[in-house]
Amino acid sequence: MFVVARAELHAPKQEIALLANALNLLVPMSTNDGEFHGPSIDEFFPGALFFEDTPFEINRIMLVRFVAVVALLLVFWLGTRHLRIVPGRFQSLVEMGLDLVRVNIAEDLLGKKDGRRFLPILTTMFFMILFMNITGVVPFLNIAGTSVIGVPLVLAIVAYVTFIYAGVKKSPKNFFKNSLFPSGVPWPVYIIVTPIELISTFVIRPITLTLRLMMNMIVGHLLLVLFFAATQFFVFSLGGWWTLVGAGTLAFGLAFTLFEILVAVLQAYVFALLTAVYIQLAVAEEH
Amino acid sequence: MLHAVLSAATEGGETHSPVIPELYDILWSSVCFVIILIFFWKYVLPRVQKMLDERGEAIEGNIAKADEAQRKAEAALEEYTAQLADARAEAGAIRETAREDGKKIVAEAKETAVVEAARVTSSAQAQIEAERQSALVSLRSEVGTIAIDLASGVIGESLTDDQKAQAVVDRFLADLEASEKAAAGETK
Repeated sequence: MFVVARAELHAPKQEIALLANALNLLVPMSTNDGEFHGPSIDEFFPGALFFEDTPFEINRIMLVRFVAVVALLLVFWLGTRHLRIVPGRFQSLVEMGLDLVRVNIAEDLLGKKDGRRFLPILTTMFFMILFMNITGVVPFLNIAGTSVIGVPLVLAIVAYVTFIYAGVKKSPKNFFKNSLFPSGVPWPVYIIVTPIELISTFVIRPITLTLRLMMNMIVGHLLLVLFFAATQFFVFSLGGWWTLVGAGTLAFGLAFTLFEILVAVLQAYVFALLTAVYIQLAVAEEH
Repeated sequence: MLHAVLSAATEGGETHSPVIPELYDILWSSVCFVIILIFFWKYVLPRVQKMLDERGEAIEGNIAKADEAQRKAEAALEEYTAQLADARAEAGAIRETAREDGKKIVAEAKETAVVEAARVTSSAQAQIEAERQSALVSLRSEVGTIAIDLASGVIGESLTDDQKAQAVVDRFLADLEASEKAAAGETK
């Protein structure tokens, strides 16, 4: 019930809810060997492969993350090994990616000076999230490294520490005044506004950063599993005319695979952008 | 589906909450983050920044170089034009000098020729005069001898006495000259 409810909650389309209902109806009809295996939250907690029950436990998702890290290092190592003033095709592509963060996020929001200061953090966030998101649609990996709370939480904490550090370094008085006592408000309103600001700035921000990223990836994965498991079930367990329905679910699965690529880029962008916005608000003189 | 999930959940024993982080999850996430951060911070971004600076410099440098080249080309053109004008002026001057020199040479040659001609003429005249004088002297002595021989023959006596003979000859010649002068005076 938990999974179905979640799928219904997050599914953008009515079809998914209908499909889930249809699947529920179909469950009693299925035989034991051809039983429908729906997606479960346990997929994000696979069994340990190494160092079980230690702080160094490595399971499948940790391995997927390592693969993503290695791929990232490889791409950027190859792409920036022989940098030329007149770039080749691959270098142009790598530069385009780095420019997206450098120009569109860091310099646009923070300006040249602060943009350069915080560029390593923002670049790391963007590409770490992007590469770990994209593993969700890579065959044989098939799960996003960011779909377990560790990475989103660590990055959100980094963002949190960074923007507080930026604000305190610039001017502690201004930072807390701007954060807690926004200007242009008559003083009695502070009784209400200040607790709200306190919670929204220092509590809600890291939580939303974490949950937005993780939930997007969890739901994306569950959706894909749902579609492809349904296809498997319709075509191979039921067969006959049900194959047509299976073709439909397969088409949806492919469409959502493309959609997941978009989401992967978008979430990485949103995470880095919001971090930059928080830093910008923290170092702003007045807002 | 409900059954499947329920059975899976009961079989699994404990259920996981996706929002409760495991220690190993945080650990490995941090490791990944630190590796990528150091990689970008210490390797990728400095290199890219250096390359971007170089690219900016290269573009500015090329523009400056192009300006420089244009300035040089203009300077060279000016210099060339100036040299051309100088060369023209010089050529004109040389031509003028040559013309004057030519005139001078011709004049000198003419003068030399005139002097030479005069010299040739005068020396020829002097020679003629000398010839005439020598002819006159030899003629005088020969005519004297012949005349004396003749006269000796005529008068039958030898005018061997030099003093006499000389006097006779001189008288004869004086007569002869007088007659010549008279003849010359008649012809004039």
